[in-house]
Amino acid sequence: MIGLAPSPIGLLAVAIPDLATFVVAAAVVLASAIGVVISRNPVHSALFLVATLFGVAVLFVEQQAEFLAAVQIIVYAGAIVVLFLFVIMLLGVDRPEKISKDPLPAQRPLAAFLGLAVVAEVLALANTHWSTGAKGTAGPPGGPASNVSDLARATFTTYLLPFEITSALLVIAVIGAVVLARPPRPGEHHAEDDEQAPTEGRSLGEQPGVVEPRQEASR
Amino acid sequence: MAPVVSLLAGDPVFAKGVTLVAVVIVVIKVLVAFGLLQTSVMLMIWFERKLISDMQNRIGPNRAGPFGLLQTLADGVKLFFKEDLLPAEADRRIFRLAPYLSAVPAFVSFAIVPVGGVVNIFGYRTELQVADPPVGILLLLAMSGIAVYGLMLAGWSSGSKYPLLGAVRASAQMVSYEAAMGLAVASVVLVTGSLSTRAIVDAQAPHIWDWNVVRLAVVPFVIFFAAVTAEVNRPPFDLVEGESEIVGGFHTEYSAIRFALFFLAEFMNVITMSAIIVTLFFGGPSGPVLHVPVLNWLMPIFWFALKTGVFLFIYVWLRAALPRLRYDQLMNLGWKVLIPVALGWLLVVAGFRISRLDGFVVFVGALAVGGLLSRAFRVGRERRMAEADRRFAASDVQGSRGEISVGEVDG
Repeated sequence: MIGLAPSPIGLLAVAIPDLATFVVAAAVVLASAIGVVISRNPVHSALFLVATLFGVAVLFVEQQAEFLAAVQIIVYAGAIVVLFLFVIMLLGVDRPEKISKDPLPAQRPLAAFLGLAVVAEVLALANTHWSTGAKGTAGPPGGPASNVSDLARATFTTYLLPFEITSALLVIAVIGAVVLARPPRPGEHHAEDDEQAPTEGRSLGEQPGVVEPRQEASR
Repeated sequence: MAPVVSLLAGDPVFAKGVTLVAVVIVVIKVLVAFGLLQTSVMLMIWFERKLISDMQNRIGPNRAGPFGLLQTLADGVKLFFKEDLLPAEADRRIFRLAPYLSAVPAFVSFAIVPVGGVVNIFGYRTELQVADPPVGILLLLAMSGIAVYGLMLAGWSSGSKYPLLGAVRASAQMVSYEAAMGLAVASVVLVTGSLSTRAIVDAQAPHIWDWNVVRLAVVPFVIFFAAVTAEVNRPPFDLVEGESEIVGGFHTEYSAIRFALFFLAEFMNVITMSAIIVTLFFGGPSGPVLHVPVLNWLMPIFWFALKTGVFLFIYVWLRAALPRLRYDQLMNLGWKVLIPVALGWLLVVAGFRISRLDGFVVFVGALAVGGLLSRAFRVGRERRMAEADRRFAASDVQGSRGEISVGEVDG
């Protein structure tokens, strides 16, 4: 893809930063992905996951998908893994586990089989042209508009309906989660509420407007 | 053009391709920006201590150097030579890593701030900013997302209760306010039509009424300012290190140079965020320029520094004047005020982009919907309170048969 460079020296000058970026990013991705799996401590795993996401973001930038890289960092590293960590810390499962016996004996051979299947799939697909072909579908790379504005135009014109439907779906999911996690109102007192009464939000005092039913006073 | 190079293509220094001189210029820009930021952190700490002293009618540091200017240096040397304690319960590696995770994003965000115009060095035209990537201002959001890790991991890895509480507060607070911050940035991007910080600044030249703070009618600026203050944990949003409640919060167990790194990060953040506010809403380096050869490129830097200084002053002023928020007040402000208002204002801005009539229609509609929603919330809350009162009174009657009830003690 860089075969248009005029001279061997020019080719090197253009190719070396590219190659170096790829090698470093790929090494980070691979090493941290292994780290995610072999860490005993869930917090360490989560941090390795962040490093993996960073490496992938660098690879995105190398493929001229800058917007995707930024969103990857903002959404996955900045919000989702933070949420993971938040839950790990609050649930107190942040101690290294000691597993002497595998609770699911079938999972190791199954994992090995699936892993090999994925490797075979990737190797098979890598031989076809699509994985090394065009870098962007929204417009020619290096055209007058940047990747970001091409993407924005495509999202808000051609793909407006799928975009809006996806956002509506997400809002519905959020509302569903809020309804499920809602603290019980004074009128409706279910048996299972006692078990899950101190939700995270309430123990942190996030909902001051909710007046507790004052169960202490009635006992 | 290779992809990595095209990422840098926003900077005209690479107009002639990647040459040695161009790379050297970029390296020099990085080093100068880093050095300037460190120096301004030193001055900022002195400025804050002096200013707060003035506001509290005392003298403040005045021993080291003229006007106590070298006090920060003396403190830094002292912290450098102190013992670096490691708590027995700490997760060693993460405990050591956390301060750096906190300091690095503060610097990276500064890289996208345009501090001046375009200058010629060795025949190369270059912008006075470290980088102008096409994703521009999204880098700020990404870095403020990463900044959470420093505080969160510092608190968790200490293996101690108060730091953990501080860490939980920090992560909840910073993740909550990121949403409002992003929406305020979105309205700036909407009127500019570009994510690049250089384009955002250029769109605000040359008059004061071209500044985004005027064009967007102040509201996004206020939201962004509040959200950013919460992002960097400055008073009145400094619950993360609320001394009266959780000792020192996330940094309770830290000492010596790692402790200093957290404060380096905090002050770098304050300076970076002031610079970002100036970039987004106050025209960055734009201002009247005298057409004299040397002053021509120094004047924009002067205007930029002056505007940033105003915000640094405001940050110190806030710390001196305002009491710390309560945790539920913080969450209410973030989720129930800033985010809905930012979202509504984004719609209004979008309406005005189409036509004036559409803008007014959206504005009136947003006001009506907002009013109805807040009325509905109020009715619901009053009803719930009344219900709780009724149940409380009923339980009182039950309790008073035997022992003393809570209500009687209170009443």
